[in-house]
Amino acid sequence: MKKQTENMTRVMNSGRSSQLNKVWKYRQLYVLLLPAILYVLIFNYQPMYGVIIAFKNFTPLAGIWGSKWVGLEHFERFVTSPSFVNILKNTLTLSVYSLAAGFPLPILLALALHYTHSTKFKKFVQTVTYAPHFLSTVIICSMIIMFLSPRSGIINSLLEALGFERIFFMSNPAAFKHIYVWSGVWQGCGWSSIIYMAALAGIDTSIHESAMIDGASKLQRIWHIDIPGILPTIITLLILNTGSIMNTGFEKIFLLQNSLNSSASEVISTFVYKRGILGGEFSFSTAVGLFNSIVNLILMCSVNFISKKVTEVGLW
Amino acid sequence: MKHLETFEDRAVSTVSNIILVIVAFLAIYPLFFVVIASVSDPYDVMNGEVWFWPNGFTLKGYEKVMADDRIWTGYANSVFYTVTATFLNVVVTMSAAFALSRKDLPGKGKIMTFFMITMFFGGGTVPTYLLMKNLHLLDNRLVMIIPGLVTVWNMVIARTNIQSNIPDELIEAATIDGCSYYACFFKIILPLSKAIMSVLVLYYGVGHWNAFFGALLYLSDSSKYPLQLILRDILIQTQMTSELMADSQAAQTAMQDAELMKYSVVIVASIPMLVLYPFLQKYFVKGVMVGAIKG
Repeated sequence: MKKQTENMTRVMNSGRSSQLNKVWKYRQLYVLLLPAILYVLIFNYQPMYGVIIAFKNFTPLAGIWGSKWVGLEHFERFVTSPSFVNILKNTLTLSVYSLAAGFPLPILLALALHYTHSTKFKKFVQTVTYAPHFLSTVIICSMIIMFLSPRSGIINSLLEALGFERIFFMSNPAAFKHIYVWSGVWQGCGWSSIIYMAALAGIDTSIHESAMIDGASKLQRIWHIDIPGILPTIITLLILNTGSIMNTGFEKIFLLQNSLNSSASEVISTFVYKRGILGGEFSFSTAVGLFNSIVNLILMCSVNFISKKVTEVGLW
Repeated sequence: MKHLETFEDRAVSTVSNIILVIVAFLAIYPLFFVVIASVSDPYDVMNGEVWFWPNGFTLKGYEKVMADDRIWTGYANSVFYTVTATFLNVVVTMSAAFALSRKDLPGKGKIMTFFMITMFFGGGTVPTYLLMKNLHLLDNRLVMIIPGLVTVWNMVIARTNIQSNIPDELIEAATIDGCSYYACFFKIILPLSKAIMSVLVLYYGVGHWNAFFGALLYLSDSSKYPLQLILRDILIQTQMTSELMADSQAAQTAMQDAELMKYSVVIVASIPMLVLYPFLQKYFVKGVMVGAIKG
């Protein structure tokens, strides 16, 4: 009893020490959190600090702190360099094309699957269309190059069988964007449809039932019930996708790139890799990478802003 | 309630089913072709005589793959990296997720913000590379294991799952009975989280098995290469060089060698995925659903 009153007064006397008591009570939980916090601090926050070298002339000897400050010099050099326009154009072409082709198709696939009566058939189509998602980028790119090979590829065999000329796809800059985008659609379409399937399954069936009593056709129900029902999901994903529009996948482009198609396949990420890691121009390539992140952030914020004005759906 | 389908409704169903059949065919045919091409006579494949069934059954390609030391080294490395890294991933992610699932943990909101920021901002390739260099991780096997220790997104999924599946009262009752949080973690949380842990194992595991970028950036000694980097050497580099410089004799021979085994290499490299696919599909879909509810 005495102890309890003591505790009570202690709690009432100082909120601060009770907060500390609480922290002490949960000390084991903080220990459990520690590895994750340390990891994020070192491997995520340390490189963010390292971004400063974009404004300096970094040399490994002088270190981040000791290197000379040059301000926006590297950004200016990038923006005024002769390759800038081409790299930016390639980056935007590949990502906007990917978004335009890759975004609506999973929605259509989800709708088609949602209206399939046979569960067996539905399961089969899902199993088959999810599969490419699990293949590694190296495997996907190897398959693309093998299939498109001018001498032994199946696509060229097909073209020849149909009476056309064989085409050396991989050396043709004009073909690069189509190869990149449609192989991406092939790999990702099934997988991306899952989230829309989940959203469609969440729509109240009674709405559909009453619409059917009123004589609404399937297309009308899709247009007036399903599409509005999954619209928040669609918009959220659209915002997230625009936020990474400048993040064209490095791995795939790098693996599909060769000296003949590089005029169409050199993008910001491959440029950073070549100049920074292979060429050792650390400060310059960090500036290029930072330029990329900033454009991304601006794009995501603007789309979020517009979307909130128009549809009241936003990420924040 | 029975609804009478109109002509229009039936037409829509038919068209959508036809589309699904075409989509399924387009999705599976490239994979199917790799399988039949891997056991067909390579010259028939090159001449475009293999379409829907293997021609002149042979396992020569596989024999060549088996005899290639690089592939075995890469396989062993990849298995080692994947198993070790995934184990650490799951331990660190689950323990952090458990701590963050306690509602009254002081400072929880701030810690979450600290984690979430990394989903939107990053240092980029070069500052990360310089960090690895400073930490002496370049060309060190640890570079395939430590970076990527926690993915914030996976941690959020695990936390949400613990919150919704394991009642708070259970943990509270246990701590009142004198059970430490460590004991709670090992004796209550982990045994009750088998499903979410399978999701994590597969998410992280597939990521490590397929990883290519880190190895390309940080490893230079080919005895440490994971399978993906070896595959790129065998499948992409020889192919590209031989097609770009068709005259060179060395390139010709390299191509013919690669030609013989390239389809078999793809199959051998994808075996872990093929074996795990039924689980992958089930648990990955689960993971997307949990994430969708959260998002």
